[in-house]
Order: sequence, then structure tokens, then C-alpha cells
Amino acid sequence: MSWQPRASLNVIRERARVYRQIRAFFNTRGYLEVDTPLLMPTTSTEVNIASIEIAHGSRPLYLQTSPEYAMKRLLAAGCGSIFQICHAFRQGESGRLHNMEFSLLEWYRVGYDYRLLMQEIELLITTLSLHHCSFGYVTYRQLFAQSMQLDIDRISVEELRRRCDDSVPGADCADLDRDQCLDLLLATVIAPSMQDYLFVYDYPLSQAALARARADDNTVAERFELFHDGIELANGFSELTDTAQQRLRFVNDNRDRRERGLPQYEIDERLLGALESGIEDCAGVALGLDRLLLVLLGLDSIDEVLTFRD
Amino acid sequence: MASYSTNEFRSGLKIMIDGDPCAIIENEFVKPGKGQAFNRVRIRNLKTGRVLDKTFKSGETVEAADVVDTEMQYLYSDGEFWHFMDPQTYEQQAADANAVGDAYLWLKAQDNCEVTLYNGSPIGVTPPNFVELEITETDPGLKGDTAQGGTKPATLETGAVVKVPLFLEIGELVKVDTRSGEYMSRVKK
Repeated sequence: MSWQPRASLNVIRERARVYRQIRAFFNTRGYLEVDTPLLMPTTSTEVNIASIEIAHGSRPLYLQTSPEYAMKRLLAAGCGSIFQICHAFRQGESGRLHNMEFSLLEWYRVGYDYRLLMQEIELLITTLSLHHCSFGYVTYRQLFAQSMQLDIDRISVEELRRRCDDSVPGADCADLDRDQCLDLLLATVIAPSMQDYLFVYDYPLSQAALARARADDNTVAERFELFHDGIELANGFSELTDTAQQRLRFVNDNRDRRERGLPQYEIDERLLGALESGIEDCAGVALGLDRLLLVLLGLDSIDEVLTFRD
Repeated sequence: MASYSTNEFRSGLKIMIDGDPCAIIENEFVKPGKGQAFNRVRIRNLKTGRVLDKTFKSGETVEAADVVDTEMQYLYSDGEFWHFMDPQTYEQQAADANAVGDAYLWLKAQDNCEVTLYNGSPIGVTPPNFVELEITETDPGLKGDTAQGGTKPATLETGAVVKVPLFLEIGELVKVDTRSGEYMSRVKK
């Protein structure tokens, strides 16, 4: 059994260099660095995110899956634009690009929408990168049309399952719903063919999470993801600030959780209270730092950038 | 029956797929950050040896295959079955040609092999990585030709044919790598 770190000393030093430059970037742009708890009494209700529960008397605590809710309460409290470097936890996520505990950079820019935020990410990554970077932009709809000649607005779920069966070897797609089929195709067929940095934006409203719907097209959400050579790096939105809509999404999440036999979670009334008190229009994004480091250094597996993975 | 969740998947795990025992060769976890997670696995059917790909929704469970690899001593073949014995319990197992496959080329009485048992019956036999076998047939050796590096076919006591250096004679013992079927060295008796 080796006591030594998993990452090389060079990678450990590069991580320090990247963190230093991130802090300088945000400090000079007028952001406030904040710190929120890893252990919280409520957690994300999102169906595809599993929380790690910590036994604690009669009420469990949860290791945060992201600092999103806490940071929004800071926005409501009038902190202005904020950023945070922290760890987040997802139960059961483990593989070449996943670890149950991972590092996140999350930031919120007051007065921005998702388009301006994507430009800011371009600037940040260009600043951090040791090489020239090129960025592409494509909508979620265009991506499926270009990569698979698939019209996501028209295709029936039966046809979508057939396309999954044809494209993904050994998949049993009979019980996949529409979004699960799209997730499968994106992860296994489309992402592997992506090149360089690519922003995918305007996700279907059914995959909106905490993004607001586009004012001029309410079939999509103002949500984006950033990929590099098919590796997902960041997820961001124009933030939903409407309390009633947010409550409805939480309730729907819990309904979907019940249908799938997953644990249901108490709705975070503190977050809803913060939204109720009013949050300025803003855009926010979470960027995975372990994966960013992997991409910046041209490495292959998250194993090579995690300081320890015992 | 025991079962495994996808998050227990790792290479070597034995699971039931379409009614056949299979071993996981590779397991890849894929998940769009806000989306459904999947496990993409490459598996080998332990009965047919065929390799295939499968994709599972993460969190699904799969029935475990009652498959164990046991170290057993090879005894003899009666023409139809190959007989093995567990050196601890002295229990014997008879493996048919399907289970033995190409391993029969390397089976020598008294050698320890790995026998794969499914529901208690043999479905696979893995010979030791290295075996020592006697040459039963080959062209006459060329004396003094130890340096030139030429080879000739030689038939071994099990029926296997391997390429050996020119100087070797009938009755000599050679060490062979059973994974590649290649001659390694001459063994002094």
C-alpha cells in the first residue's frame, strides 16, 4: 500500500499555479471570494444527482453536491458578484473522469446573462492555458442535428429509443425516457467526436435545472455546458430567480424521485426565502477544477490530477 | 441469488447476462453532469469466450454468476473427459471438450491448472503459464548449431507443435509459455 500522493509533484504545483491565477482573475474583476459550509441540512433534489448523507441524530446532514444554494443566499444578502473554490460530493460517481469528491470553481456575476458569462469563461481559460485555445458555440438542438441528423423537437420517443439501440452497442433502451435517451447519445456518441473547447447552449427546458427559460423561446433554457474534446468541464445558467417556478421544480423533482424509487428531500426553504426577498438578475457557473487541470496539462485520467485517491 | 449494483462493477466481476455467466473485462462510467449516469461494460461470455458490449443505467442491479476459479490438479483424459482433482478435498471434476477448449494442448498429468466452475461444473480450464513437456517427434538435431538461431517444428507429448531451436532432439524436455505457445528454454533432466 503506497503512502505517496497519486498526482505528481508537477501536477500539485500546477494546481497551485491555477488556483493562484483564478483568484487573481476574479479579484481584479471585482468579485468577492466566499466560503460556505460543506455540510448542510438540505440537499439538491435533482433526480440525477445523488447526495452523500451523514447520520446526525434524528435529522441527517448532507455533504454538499454543489455550493449553489448557499451562494444564492449570499447573492440575496447583497454580496454582489461572488466566487468560491471548494469541494463537492456526488454519491456513486467514480471512473476515469469522475470521483465522488471533486473540486469546483463556482461563480455568480450580477447583471450578466449566460451569453456574457460564456465570454468570461473563454477569457478565464485563455488566461490559465499554456497553449492557444479555440472556442466553438453550438446550440443543443444544432448539435444533435449536425452530429446525428436528429431533430430533437420532432423525433418521437420510440424513434429516439431506436436511434439509441442502433448507435450504442448493448443498450437496453426500452425503459429510457426522452431525456435519458438524449443523455445517452450525448455522452457516448456525440461527445467523443467533439474537438477543442465547445460551448453547447440552449438546453431543452426539461433539462433546465436552475436555469430560467429563454424569453423569446420558452422551449429552451438559458443553460450551457462547456466541453473540451468531449470532456464536460462546466455547467452554467442565467439564474432562475422566480420563487414560484423554483418551488414547482423542487416539487416536480421529488415527484420524479418518488416514481423512480429514489429518496426524496426536504425542499430548501431558506433558498426559497432568499429568492423571495429578491435576487438581482445574474448568471452563474460551476467549473470542475480537476477536469480543467487534466485538460490544461493534456492528461488522460482524473487519477493523474487528484492529489490522493486511496 | 446474489446480485451486484452497477457501482460494484469492476474488471473480473462475474455476472449473468442473457442466461450465461460472463466476466467484466472493462467498466466505464459515463454521466452528463445533470443527466442520467450509465455504465458501459465490455464482457466475456465464459461459456463461448465471445466478447460483447453492454450499457446499463447506473444503479441497476445484475444477477451474480456462481462462478469460481479453483486451483486443481490435472489427472488424465479418458478420450471424452479431462479429469481434475482438488488437492485439498480430493474431490474430482470431469471437464468436457467445450470446457477444456485449446487448453488440452498444455495439460500434463500432475500439473496444477485453474478450473473455472459454474454452478459447480467446469466451464473453463486455464493451464499454468509455463509447462515443461517432452519432445516426441522432430527432425534430427544439428550438432554444434547452438548459436545460429534457426528453428524447426517439434511435436510435444501432449500433441502441441512448437518451434524449437535446431539442436534439440527427441526425448528432450522444453519449457513453453502456454499463453503464446512459444518455446522458452531447454530443461535439463
